[in-house]
Amino acid sequence: MSSFKGESSHTPIFELDRREALPALIGRHEDFLIVAGLAGTARDIAALTQNGANGFAMGGAMGGACMIGLGLALAQRDRRVLVVTGDGELLMNVGALATIALMNPPNLSIVCVDNGHYGETGYQKSHTSLGTDLEKMALGAGIKLTRTVERAADIPSGAQFLRQGNGTVFLLLRVHTGEPPVYKRIWDPVANRTQFQAGLLGK
Amino acid sequence: MNEQVTVALARWQDQVFDLLRRHGVTQFAYVPDAGHTILIDRSIADQEAYSIALTTEEEGVALLAGADLGGARGVLLMQSSGVGNCINMLSLINAGRFPFLTLVSMRGDFGEGNPWQYTMGQAVVPVLQAVGVTCLRADTPDEALAAVSAALTMVFQARQAVAVLFTQKLLGAKRF
Repeated sequence: MSSFKGESSHTPIFELDRREALPALIGRHEDFLIVAGLAGTARDIAALTQNGANGFAMGGAMGGACMIGLGLALAQRDRRVLVVTGDGELLMNVGALATIALMNPPNLSIVCVDNGHYGETGYQKSHTSLGTDLEKMALGAGIKLTRTVERAADIPSGAQFLRQGNGTVFLLLRVHTGEPPVYKRIWDPVANRTQFQAGLLGK
Repeated sequence: MNEQVTVALARWQDQVFDLLRRHGVTQFAYVPDAGHTILIDRSIADQEAYSIALTTEEEGVALLAGADLGGARGVLLMQSSGVGNCINMLSLINAGRFPFLTLVSMRGDFGEGNPWQYTMGQAVVPVLQAVGVTCLRADTPDEALAAVSAALTMVFQARQAVAVLFTQKLLGAKRF
């Protein structure tokens, strides 16, 4: 379902606080294997899961989060995989949405936390502050289940939408530029991978 | 390319595909490429494997890291020009010590007629080595099978990153 429905002049609303909206949207995080993007979303997920074994967070290789999610979703068809990444990280490899649409694994959901800015580098405006609509790009890439959440009232149905089983889900969560939670994330990718695989595969 | 050469080519690439499948490779990622036609077509026809068409090769690097997180094995099939698209994403492989297997069909080396292909073709080995990927060259069908077999051990037992280069001596130079 699309939120724009012909509203070509809709002005994006960047009002929600990510520290409240994202945990409310995800709900029970243990329901998901989670891949987080860089910077803000890595801290969002580290805080939410308390650096839990169900999370793997990027610290570089910008643009890879969605495709890590696809590889994981194809490898683990009985588990629900959630990618949580930012607008800047997603824009760097936006073609991945087309690849994911082709495969369309029903156990994959993508949440793009869109604050319209590159927070890590000094809050320069990103393309999504200036007219780019990533939900429309996901829809245009061929992902059929897309939605934008930008008001608190949209969150409960958004949370249900993330758990659909009919195909890959893309949800754009618009938030203001408030900081992500202060939390010490895991920076060592070997340690993060090892913990994740021990939790999932027992090795 | 005459018919006899085509048949010989088909045989070794079919053997490469069978070898990958016997070693549990289930995710085949690629940007369409003439040199990998047989492997790509076999992956599409294989109901037990995923055939994943990419928009750019770096997507495949991240995909294979995700596959490993989930306990699956994959391979990235690309042309030498695609190597250039992968470099920063290979930080994920190198820093996270993810296993990484790629088969590269070479352009811009032996008998290449297109000047656009030489820049990346000649840069493949130094660039991959610079980001921690070991390169194995294959000039004949026997070498190709031996190199893929060796690479499977290096990647999935020793968690190394390995590129097997199918050279233009092996594949033949494209005619223009």
